[in-house]
Formats: sequence, structure tokens, C-alpha cells
Amino acid sequence: MSKTVAVIDYGMGNLHSIAKALEHADADARVDVTADPARILAAGHVVFPGVGAIRDCMHELESTGLREVVLRAAAERPFLGICLGMQAMLGHSEENGGVATLGLIPGEVRYFGDDLADAGGTRLKVPHMGWNQVAQVTHPLWAGIDDGTRFYFVHSYYADPGDAAHRAGTSEYGRVFTAAVARDNLFGVQFHPEKSQKAGLQLLANFLGWNG
Amino acid sequence: MSLAKRIIPCLDVDNGRVVKGVNFVDIRDAGDPVEIARRYDAEGADEITFLDITASSDDRETMVHVVEQVASEVFIPLTVGGGIRKVDDIRRMLNAGADKVGINSAAVARPEFVREAAERFGSQCIVVSIDAKRVSAQGEAPRWEIFTHGGRKATGIDAVEWAERMVELGAGELLLTSMDRDGTKIGFDLDYTRTISDRVNVPIIASGGVGNLDHLVDGVIKGHADAVLAASIFHFGEYSVEEAKRHMADAGIEVRL
Repeated sequence: MSKTVAVIDYGMGNLHSIAKALEHADADARVDVTADPARILAAGHVVFPGVGAIRDCMHELESTGLREVVLRAAAERPFLGICLGMQAMLGHSEENGGVATLGLIPGEVRYFGDDLADAGGTRLKVPHMGWNQVAQVTHPLWAGIDDGTRFYFVHSYYADPGDAAHRAGTSEYGRVFTAAVARDNLFGVQFHPEKSQKAGLQLLANFLGWNG
Repeated sequence: MSLAKRIIPCLDVDNGRVVKGVNFVDIRDAGDPVEIARRYDAEGADEITFLDITASSDDRETMVHVVEQVASEVFIPLTVGGGIRKVDDIRRMLNAGADKVGINSAAVARPEFVREAAERFGSQCIVVSIDAKRVSAQGEAPRWEIFTHGGRKATGIDAVEWAERMVELGAGELLLTSMDRDGTKIGFDLDYTRTISDRVNVPIIASGGVGNLDHLVDGVIKGHADAVLAASIFHFGEYSVEEAKRHMADAGIEVRL
């Protein structure tokens, strides 16, 4: 039986790579890049991507009328937030002077800061860009991926869930930060699985095989 | 546990084929971009950069298709530079599957373009390429100037000041090419890379002059680069990306193996 995964297209970033990566991850998956509420809610799995700034992201969700659709999808089926999509799953972001977000997972999205440094005192640049290791917290989406595997990140803000139980993975860049969040049927990653080679495809395959 | 330094093979693409200029002049054919990208991905390249050196706008459409094809089977970050002059050029490349675009002469012609691009698509996908030559005399404090048109046209712009301005306008990353070194195989201009890397708070990619694997190590350790870009040493099979990474790891540099 073929399974349908909807990739929500609300105008925040190019979705070609995510769609292709999902197709590669699972040959049985029917990938639907769509802004149509009926098609999003008909899909068994939902991917909520995003790049750019959080104010634009929330604005697009409102203006396309997709905010309620995202909340409904997140309430009942396996749901994967990626990068800015994951940040939007939290309650509030410091970016753009402070923006209220979806509140699917309690917590705040914070700026790395301009005076970031590693343990040896070397200044660290922002954005955090490149391949960094992720320490996993046990979850089905990490199946077949070694703990400490590197994923591709590019971001200046990071999620800080209010409840440590919602952390599914951590990484380190001047500070330990949350690289993945999880709560019930929800999973969110700060990194880009669609740009993280084999490990990223494995995570997407795990998501498509997950019942939440 | 920390962020890895990146190795970025660069493919110069002319009308859909990978070529590499020596000092931006002589061109040798090195093959099919999709095939080469696939090979670099398998060898562990951290990203791939395409430099579209095509002159005509008809052939630019070819580049969009190249990006689409590569992005359909290679799942690492892809950057496209060359001929990016309008917001619409950026949109087309991102829609085709590119993650970042490199802006060069369009920024020199109109710096505000960088701000517009960053506001529209986010700083994370705006790489400003800075092609510079050393213009200070022997014994003077080093100074570099921006050159355009493949190094033929001086602009009078100081490269370090330019780098700071580009970051203020929204560049998320800077690709620094020493035009004195490009194609020479004698190594990066490390003073150039380090001076700018120490001055700005965005990642720096060193480019121009790589002839052996020690040059890559020097780029990171002495040039303070966050990523190193090279073309010919990889295309012509002198070294694999994997060998380059092992060499960097042996020198104590954190890489993704």
C-alpha cells in the first residue's frame, strides 16, 4: 500500500530537495508538495519545512490560512518540522523582536549571540553552518543512525524547550543546544535531513515508517 | 563534539559541462556535472559549489537543469554562483534545488542587491564572492582590491572593507578568491583569508591556489577559514575528497569522515 506524505508549501523556501529526499528515502512514499488543506489533511504523514525569518513564516501561515491546518495535522498524525518549521513548533521566538509561534511544544527559540566562543576561547561565528554531531535521546526516528552522527545545520537561532523531556537530540556550538525535539506524534529537527546525506535519508525513512 | 571544517569541491560549468580555468583563461574539459557531483558526494564532500561561467543567457537555462538533476540525487548542500544578477535568478536556482547562491559582480554593481536578496530569501542562502588581488607593494601593510571581469577590471574597492559591508548588508557567508593565486597551485593567499575571517562574524570559504593537501590544512589553521574550496586537485584525480579529509584530520582538524 502506498503511503502519502504531504510537504506543506506555505511559501517559505524551496521544497524540491525535501520532496526528492523523501522519494529517495522510501520508494513507496507518494510525496505531495501542497498548500491545499484537504490534501494535507488526507496525508498519512506531514512534513513542515521552512527557511528564513520567523516573522515571515508566521505571517505566511496566517495569510495562506494554513495555520489551523498545521495545528490539526500536528494534533493527530506523524508530523516532522524541519529547521524554521521546527522552531515554529515552539511557543515563542526571540527573532524579529519577539514572535509568538505555534506552541506545539512549550519553550523558547533563542539567538546564539554575537559573543559565542568554544571551550578553548576561540570565537564562533553565527550562523552555525555546517556538519555537527548530534547526541541522541532514544527515539524511533534515530533507528539505524549511530549516536553522534553529523548532520548539516544552518541557523542562528536554536530551540530551548521548557521541558527537558521534549529534547530528542542535542548538539554543541558554544553551548549545548537542542538539535531535535519530540513530543508524542511530533518530531522536529534543527538540521536539514534532506541535506545530510545517508543519515538524513535514514531519518526521513524512519519518519515515513513511524506511526507516531 | 564540534562543528566540522568543510571541504567544498568546486565545478566550473560552461554550457552544462564541467571545465576548469587556469588563471581564469585556459579551459580543460573534465566532464559531466551530475556524474562528478555524485562521485564527490560518495567521497564525502561536505558541499558542492557550481560556478556557472557560461556567457550567454540561453545557456543559463542549462545550468538550472544541471542543478535540478544534481539536487534530485545528491543530498548535500549545493551552491550556485555565476550570472546571479536579479532576485529572479536566485529564485530559479533555489527552486531548482540549490541551497545557496553566490553573488559577485552584481554586488559590486549594486550593493543593495545583497540586502534585497537576504531580506527575500534569508542570509543563510546568500554567499558573496569576493575576487581580490593584492595591491600593496612588497614591505607595505598588505592590502587587497576587488577585481571584476575575471580579474581584468580593477574597482578601487578595498577587499576588507568590502567584506564588512557585505556582511552588514546580509551576506551569510563569504567566498574569498585570491586572483593572484587562482590556478597557480601554490596555495591560498593566507593573509587575505585570515585578515577577513578575523574581521567578520560569518563563515569564510578560502579559494584560489590549492595544489596539494597541505594547502587545505593551511587554509584552516593559518588562514582561519571555516571551509576550503578546491577544483582541479579533485577533478583530475590527483586526490580524492576522502584523502583530503583524512589528511586534514591527521593535522588535527575536525572533519566529517
